Amino acid sequence: MEKLKSLADLKRIREEAKTKLDLRVRGDNPEGLVQVKVAMATCGIASGAKQTMDFFVEELDKRGIGAVVTQTGCMGYCYAEPTVEVQLPGQESVVFGYVDRKKADEIIEKYIRMVNWLKASYRLTMKK
Amino acid sequence: MKEIALHILDITQNSIKAGANEIRITLSESIPDDLLSLTIADNGKGMDAESCRRASDPWFTSRTTRKVGLGLPLLKMNAGLTGGGMTIDSEPGKGTTVNATFGYKHVDRPPLGDVSGTIALMILSNPSINIVYSHICEGKEWSISTSEIKEALGEEAVTDLTIVRHLREIINGNVAEIRNFQTGYDKY
Repeated sequence: MEKLKSLADLKRIREEAKTKLDLRVRGDNPEGLVQVKVAMATCGIASGAKQTMDFFVEELDKRGIGAVVTQTGCMGYCYAEPTVEVQLPGQESVVFGYVDRKKADEIIEKYIRMVNWLKASYRLTMKK
Repeated sequence: MKEIALHILDITQNSIKAGANEIRITLSESIPDDLLSLTIADNGKGMDAESCRRASDPWFTSRTTRKVGLGLPLLKMNAGLTGGGMTIDSEPGKGTTVNATFGYKHVDRPPLGDVSGTIALMILSNPSINIVYSHICEGKEWSISTSEIKEALGEEAVTDLTIVRHLREIINGNVAEIRNFQTGYDKY
């Protein structure tokens, strides 16, 4: 791939990718986006929250899950950092502790994807 | 903190908590002066003289979730270990400026680390705050800001996960260009 040097390059790439993105967001997640909040206070950062956030940003994008990834402050669970709060559309949010890359991968596959899949199959059954 | 980048990530959280809508991060490096300087300036709610004086005390914090506040004390300690120091200027209602200086060649100076990734992540997760990052290296300067990106790509672009990866690449490339030391220091 060519090297990106400026925002103009980025604009061009984005335009090319736009149609793909719209489809993906609508197809995968009709009711809204998954919200992932990574606790990023001193305690979180010192325990590797940045690597965790990098992982979520990269992998959610790669695996085509429409999501918003943001930082949040310390939730008071400093002993369990990095902590991550995941809110699926229409669900109560869940806070996960000790989230390294391995656990983050599990959260994506076994929680976010699984719930999305269950919801989708439920909708299908109801239609029948 | 193991990297300067992590300090940036950490200290800007204070600015975000202070309700700033503009945060200016300036990283300036000079080998001839043996100086690395990090400045984080915000236009948040600021602090009174007493809070400002106590901000680098680990047992002082404005939060209620826990009793310690280590962000600024850790930065001060790391800067101090390399023969540098930290200053905080703040005025209630105007904002706060934190400046930390490091001995550039000091063996205890943390490496810059993943500055480009840090800036990209901060831009992504705080779309309503204008984050301005400037990198100065021996007279050459390069900068990027949230408002610049929004102008070029549209408002919603900054929350797009795909953008982050590309943004990191752009910051990396441009910063590497002005940090052309040819002394091996560009690795740190």
